[in-house]
Amino acid sequence: MQRDWIGPPTAGLALRLAGLRKDFGTRTVLDGIGIDIAPGQFVAVVGRSGCGKSTLLRLLAGLESPTSGELLLGGARAAARRDDVRMMFQEPRLLPWRTVIQNVQLGLDGGDAPARARGALAHVGLADRANDWPSVLSGGQRQRVALARALVHRPRLLLLDEPLGALDALTRIEMQRLIESVWRELRFTAVLVTHDVAEAVALADRVLLVEEGRITRDEPVPLPRPRAHGSAAFAELEGRILEHLLEETSDPGEAALARLAA
Amino acid sequence: MRIGALIWRAIAPWVVPLVILLAWEASSRSGWLSVRILPEPLSVATAFWSLLVSGSLLHDVAISAGRALGGLAIGGGLGLVLGLLTGSFRSAETLLDTTLQMIRNIPALALIPLVILWFGIDETAKLFLVAIGVFFPVYLNTCHGIRAVDAGLIEMARSYGLQGWPLYREVILPGALPSILVGLRFSLGLMWVLLIVAETISAQSGIGYMTMNAREFLQTDVVLVGVLLYALLGKLADLVARGLERRFLRWNPAYLGTPA
Repeated sequence: MQRDWIGPPTAGLALRLAGLRKDFGTRTVLDGIGIDIAPGQFVAVVGRSGCGKSTLLRLLAGLESPTSGELLLGGARAAARRDDVRMMFQEPRLLPWRTVIQNVQLGLDGGDAPARARGALAHVGLADRANDWPSVLSGGQRQRVALARALVHRPRLLLLDEPLGALDALTRIEMQRLIESVWRELRFTAVLVTHDVAEAVALADRVLLVEEGRITRDEPVPLPRPRAHGSAAFAELEGRILEHLLEETSDPGEAALARLAA
Repeated sequence: MRIGALIWRAIAPWVVPLVILLAWEASSRSGWLSVRILPEPLSVATAFWSLLVSGSLLHDVAISAGRALGGLAIGGGLGLVLGLLTGSFRSAETLLDTTLQMIRNIPALALIPLVILWFGIDETAKLFLVAIGVFFPVYLNTCHGIRAVDAGLIEMARSYGLQGWPLYREVILPGALPSILVGLRFSLGLMWVLLIVAETISAQSGIGYMTMNAREFLQTDVVLVGVLLYALLGKLADLVARGLERRFLRWNPAYLGTPA
């Protein structure tokens, strides 16, 4: 595999969040988030829809600014770190009027941009689709292109906003393995927002539970990698986190639905 | 089978015009249709031929096409620029859009008396009428196209460090292009309508002049040549617009293009 696109290794960013608060009008979405994340750590944020987890990610990406509180990426404010942070969205968000390789090159400059884009594309196994339009790719392939587009910038912090939510179960597991392998290789800090507890346990060093704008649980995942979905320790941990998520719900019907969804 | 289907697809659109033409010829020959009302197709064809040979036809077509394209360039160009402006900047929209919407509701043809007073009956008047008519489809569709660009794509591009002109070139313009081309197609249709009217009022050359002149001398065959010319030119303009769409929107699944 071509490796020269990666260049010299870059260290992951350390994250420090203290008393972080975000209001939209009169509604408080994040209510005093405080947490430290070590460089190179893989953190998953789980919670129900509307708990504020996506907003947390958008603050880290600099797409929103906090109402109050401290948010430091590698010791600097988020705005100053924009070039070190890349985000994968729920949808691939590829430009339909650009070919796959042009999409990966987006925002890159310099004479070696095409070569780097090609390298990143090869890394996600899509070198042969470089000149196709995004519209002819499958959903999983599009997300892989989006991953290559993020990786080619050599981010020190990769943000993942439920990027696998719309994929079928098999493609999803494939993508999880791909994300884990590039993370182990490139050692960026990763923050994954998901509502799939199994996905969080499979990938993360640490799972944060967000409820009503607060972090209510910080669960380390001490399982060795690569992780087997079927193992007893995996199932035990997944069950424990799910239990916490469901505790919050008083309505038994809703709890059953959440159990099904997860 | 496949070749047969291909030939059929090439021929099929022309079947109906051909049947009409044959029926027309037949009814002229049998004396159903007076030459005063409609001359037989054959005499229209001979009129076309003699006009072509004398060179006056090409001259008139060139003059008309020049006026049409000149008006399109001025009106369409202005519509594009103002549409980009109001689509991209709220302040420009606040400032300009109300005025433009008021002007839009005036039919271009209602301005004819005023246009004649302003510009007389020379070339400027014709250019003005065409330009003002084609302005609005381009303006409205450009403005709307810019507004309708997927906000998710813009957000993505911004988070990838694009802003200013690169953001415009990579995301906003290509996203608005389908809509802009729809505006262009509308404009091309309107362009001929306005030109015909402008040339019918007053002209010393052009297709409109040719047909009005022929009317004076009861040359129905020449009048029909003029009418058919407008149809052909209209079709040609449409083909050009489709060609542009196929070229610029080849990424769109609807056009099933292959990447360059």
